[in-house]
Amino acid sequence: MIDGILSVAWIVTQIMLVVGPLLLGVAYATWAERKIIGAMQLRQGPMTVGPYGLLQPIADGAKLFLKETVIPSGANRGIFLLAPMITFVLSLIAWAVIPFDYGMVISDINVGVLYLFAVSSLGVYGIVMAGWASNSRYAFLGALRSSAQMISYEIAIGLIIIAVLISAGSLNLTEIVLAQSGNGFWYVFPHLPMAVVFMAAILAETNRHPFDLPEDEASLVTGYNVEYSSMAFALFFLGEYANMILMSGIFATLFLGGWLAPFEMAPFTWLPGPVWFILKICLVLFVFFWARATLPRYRYDQLMRLGWKVFLPFSLLWVVLTSGFMVAFDLLPA
Amino acid sequence: MPTDVEMRSFTMNFGPQHPAAHGVLRLVLELDGEVVDRADPHIGLLHRGTEKLIEYRPYIQSIPYFDRLDYTSMLCQEHSYILAMERLLGVEVPERALWIRTFMDEITRIGNHLLNITTMALDCGAMTPMLWGFEHREKTMEFYERLTGARMHANYYRPGGVNRDMPPDLADDIRAWTDEFLKFVDDMEGLLTENRIFKQRTVDIGRMSTDDALHWGFSGPMLRATGMPWDLRKAQPYAKYEQVEFDVPVGSNGDCYDRYLVRVEEMRQSVHIIRQCLDKMPPGPVRTDDKKVTPPPRAEMKRSMEALIHHFKLYTEGVHVPAGECYAAVESGKGEFGVYLVSDGTNRPYRCKIRSPGYVHLQALDYMGQGHQLADIVAIIGSLDVVFGEVDR
Repeated sequence: MIDGILSVAWIVTQIMLVVGPLLLGVAYATWAERKIIGAMQLRQGPMTVGPYGLLQPIADGAKLFLKETVIPSGANRGIFLLAPMITFVLSLIAWAVIPFDYGMVISDINVGVLYLFAVSSLGVYGIVMAGWASNSRYAFLGALRSSAQMISYEIAIGLIIIAVLISAGSLNLTEIVLAQSGNGFWYVFPHLPMAVVFMAAILAETNRHPFDLPEDEASLVTGYNVEYSSMAFALFFLGEYANMILMSGIFATLFLGGWLAPFEMAPFTWLPGPVWFILKICLVLFVFFWARATLPRYRYDQLMRLGWKVFLPFSLLWVVLTSGFMVAFDLLPA
Repeated sequence: MPTDVEMRSFTMNFGPQHPAAHGVLRLVLELDGEVVDRADPHIGLLHRGTEKLIEYRPYIQSIPYFDRLDYTSMLCQEHSYILAMERLLGVEVPERALWIRTFMDEITRIGNHLLNITTMALDCGAMTPMLWGFEHREKTMEFYERLTGARMHANYYRPGGVNRDMPPDLADDIRAWTDEFLKFVDDMEGLLTENRIFKQRTVDIGRMSTDDALHWGFSGPMLRATGMPWDLRKAQPYAKYEQVEFDVPVGSNGDCYDRYLVRVEEMRQSVHIIRQCLDKMPPGPVRTDDKKVTPPPRAEMKRSMEALIHHFKLYTEGVHVPAGECYAAVESGKGEFGVYLVSDGTNRPYRCKIRSPGYVHLQALDYMGQGHQLADIVAIIGSLDVVFGEVDR
């Protein structure tokens, strides 16, 4: 009995230890995004609330928290409120299998990659439900776009992951990271083309620029979340950024060697594994922000064309190449 | 399966409060999926009755209305009205004033194109060109302010000249800025011109052939993008355009991308014109001596009875324009901006018809948007360069 309570308490503590810093990270990811894009656009970004605008995300959160939740009269109340919760919860539960250091993972399951893939694919439901339940035409079109484009990039993601799995010989994320150990043998080097495609695909997966078509500001105003306000909107917003951090984490795990230091020698090993992991996440997040400041937006049929006609054949070819190479040189892990 | 199911298209109300509506455009879109079957522009939300108001004002008091039509090419529009008046009045304009008008029209054109190119990029999802471009647009407005006293609504051109001479160091500052500005144009092109996504969003979108464009009454960059080198500055030169060298850039496809390219090149040509104007501008008066249109100097009024009478007549009745009618057009940033002025010999126009290019271009939106997607409509609106001050008047 006592053991049971203790183990539950330990799990809850672990979850808190991940979710707490994660939400703080989300808040400061918005701040970092505004600062970085600001610098790229020759302006300062937030400067008023706190020194260098550091309290801005707190103020934004407090503002959204205090607002009234407006539910449109034609909306389906239940689904309307459920949608942001789904988005938000899905962006959190995926963290269960991400290893921050050797053994530092909430649930070390041996199909971690499949779990991540399943959770991130579910993310589209939040958007589709929000678009449908809002009873607004802009939101509806946003939801349609989201569901139409989803498969086109997720197949590519799946094939890229297969290429990585063949190299690592495991579906367990910890083992994938360990397979990349040894001075800078990260999968980003042998699989560089796939890392680029994967980066583009996770931009699409998180609905970020240049693939932010479900919330295409120029034609759909803000798309699926146009009717949302206050905390319901904040949950979408938090979910989007938590998803970005999650996808950066997956990228870091699959291609950048997770918590591993770039070289296993003195100055690099001084930093503990989780710090390396967070630094790598920041690096990938920077690419997210960079893309937003530089690129125009695709049209949604162009994204689908890109997914089906470029990413899919290319990643399929890469899977064949990788497996051929592994078999030919007898490198397949046991 | 029943075959008589009625298929209704998805009707969407686009605007007037829409981030890509460029003001108060209201479009009723009939969509088949995301493909646009019909785009029906509803205009008039910014109608202020300018043409009618002008009939009730003395000539000079109507000049500010022209700043407020297309609020991005203010002085070009004043130029058109002033040209019409000058032709009816038959006054001589001093050299220096003509040079000032020429380069101010070009600064206006740069401001106009900066707004259009960068917001079109924003409509295609590229945010940064706008924030870079508006810094330079701000500089053009600063020049406006230093020359005319107002950042936008200049009210600066007068029949027979301009309101006042340039401040002494303005010419140097403009010359210094032109170098900086050309560097910016290169930077901005680096973000857009060869960008694959931008090209995918604009090439072959909203194509118009030269014939179509002529039939729909296009002018300016919209017409030149189809390959026709029609520019009023070359075709019927006004001010000092005969004495400056510049090229008229033309496109070949008449799509959104060509319109973008034409506008970028026009900005470079404008810089070229501005530099020539600053070099060639002679010193001298900036307003005609004709006291029937120009008020006398204060000092002279204290000595000359005639000057006092002129002053009194000008400030009570305003300028009397001889009876007649006349059409004067200039090449504004958006195209041919024309004023048709009918005078009955009094101090107020009998009728003032304004030909605004944006109105003409907007009516072809449905034609250009046929079969394109919703996101393309946004790009087309961006490339049309509409400002509702002049469309709705």
